[in-house]
Amino acid sequence: MSALFKIESLNAGYENRIVLRDVNMTVMNDDFIGIIGPNGGGKTTLLKVILGLLRPFSGRIDFTPGDLKMSQIGYLPQVAQGDTLFPVTVEDVVLSGLMLNKGAAGRMSRDDRKRAASVMDELGLRPLARQALNELSGGQLQRVYLARAVTGSPRLLLLDEPATFVDSTFEADFYEKLRLLNSRMAIMMVSHDVGTISTWVKSFACINGGLNYHPHSKITQEDLKMYGCPIQLVTHGDVPHVVLHKH
Amino acid sequence: MENIFAYSFVLKSIAGALFASITAGIIGTYIVSRRLVFLSGGITHASFGGIGLGYYLGINPVAGAALFGLTSAVGIEYLSAKGKMREDSAIGILWAFGMAVGIIFIYMTPGYAPNLMSYLFGSILTVTWGDLIALGIMSAVLIIYTALFYRTILYISFDENYARTFTRHVDLFKYVSVGLTGLAIVLNIRMAGVILIISLLTIPANIILLFTRRYLQIVIWSFAVSFIGISTGFAMSWVTSLPTGPAIVFVLVLFWMIARGVRWLKVKRKVIT
Repeated sequence: MSALFKIESLNAGYENRIVLRDVNMTVMNDDFIGIIGPNGGGKTTLLKVILGLLRPFSGRIDFTPGDLKMSQIGYLPQVAQGDTLFPVTVEDVVLSGLMLNKGAAGRMSRDDRKRAASVMDELGLRPLARQALNELSGGQLQRVYLARAVTGSPRLLLLDEPATFVDSTFEADFYEKLRLLNSRMAIMMVSHDVGTISTWVKSFACINGGLNYHPHSKITQEDLKMYGCPIQLVTHGDVPHVVLHKH
Repeated sequence: MENIFAYSFVLKSIAGALFASITAGIIGTYIVSRRLVFLSGGITHASFGGIGLGYYLGINPVAGAALFGLTSAVGIEYLSAKGKMREDSAIGILWAFGMAVGIIFIYMTPGYAPNLMSYLFGSILTVTWGDLIALGIMSAVLIIYTALFYRTILYISFDENYARTFTRHVDLFKYVSVGLTGLAIVLNIRMAGVILIISLLTIPANIILLFTRRYLQIVIWSFAVSFIGISTGFAMSWVTSLPTGPAIVFVLVLFWMIARGVRWLKVKRKVIT
């Protein structure tokens, strides 16, 4: 276990609105962090800043501790963004994850296709490789996007509400896949569903303007209330937590 | 003498059909996939304003159309990307404005009144070798651009937000693609006309979409379908002496209906077995 990257006194937002205030955090290379917090609290904003899609007002993301590269970050955006009627096959979508290591004129080699095939095997997508996206179920589609995010062998995987459109029967299966992937990459996962993900994640970060880190997978309603995370929680527990920064 | 004229006419027709089909394959697949058919309709009609301006100023109407086509294509992409305006409304306004400006300029041009019909459906008779050379260069540019940046174009069109994680040039590619769309449309206007262009960009790609979801296959087969459609239309108008442009549109729509029928039978057979 060693540090992968650091978030240092980060302030970020949009135009005139500041969303994230003075966020500090160190992410380790084997972390599986559930990012929770109210809507508009800055969960997606944090992912965007890490991905370099949004320039912070001040502070920085320091990739030097783990020598992390931009091309080593896999990303699964909130669903319903890609047009499922677009003429593209499952294999094409999975291959797009390899564009991280290629230039604009990149092409796909035989090795690239092999790599995509092995990821599709791992996620049970191989029989669907030639299918169009509109022929897939919500759960299958989500696994396709997951495959796209991990086919480039990232060291950090960022997931934004990955279970929104997944059938509850497949949800456990999906998280089990994530647990397997966690053996070779750090995972940060935004979610509304604290109850379900607490079974799977190793720790929580609560974002509501600022960030509070809980280095355990169990938090109590009191914890959440105390740190301004208005989220309903059914889990009970008496687990201590460490607060990295106050709001 | 008559033979030489006929020979040049046939040669022009073949070259024109070939280049128009390349546009149909590459640009057609792009705009149908990205749902930009209405945008290309807007660009096409906005270009008409440029044609009128060209006549009025006594310059090559295609140059005027290129100016209007390119500006409107890039302008609409810019306005909608910045969220400054509803894209479909911007297109509707531009559509009407282009046609109105075109007709006003032509009306104000003293003496010579060009045949407006030939700009709706095109006319291979008015096409010059200069037009064909321009179309040939355009086709080569389209092929090279697509071949070189195939994956990037495909993935930006499919999921722009994800594409931003692997390239910083998403906006550049979008402007270049839409700019090439505008230029390709304009260069085809003299030969294919406003209406025929829209049908060439829309119908072949939609026919192939019934049978495959592989982007590259759609490009290649749309090219083939539109070449066959244009040739059949030419032959039909030769035999029946009906106007060529509408004949081609008619043939393409017929192909599309047949393809839908075939597709329906295929699905039905799958359900039964």
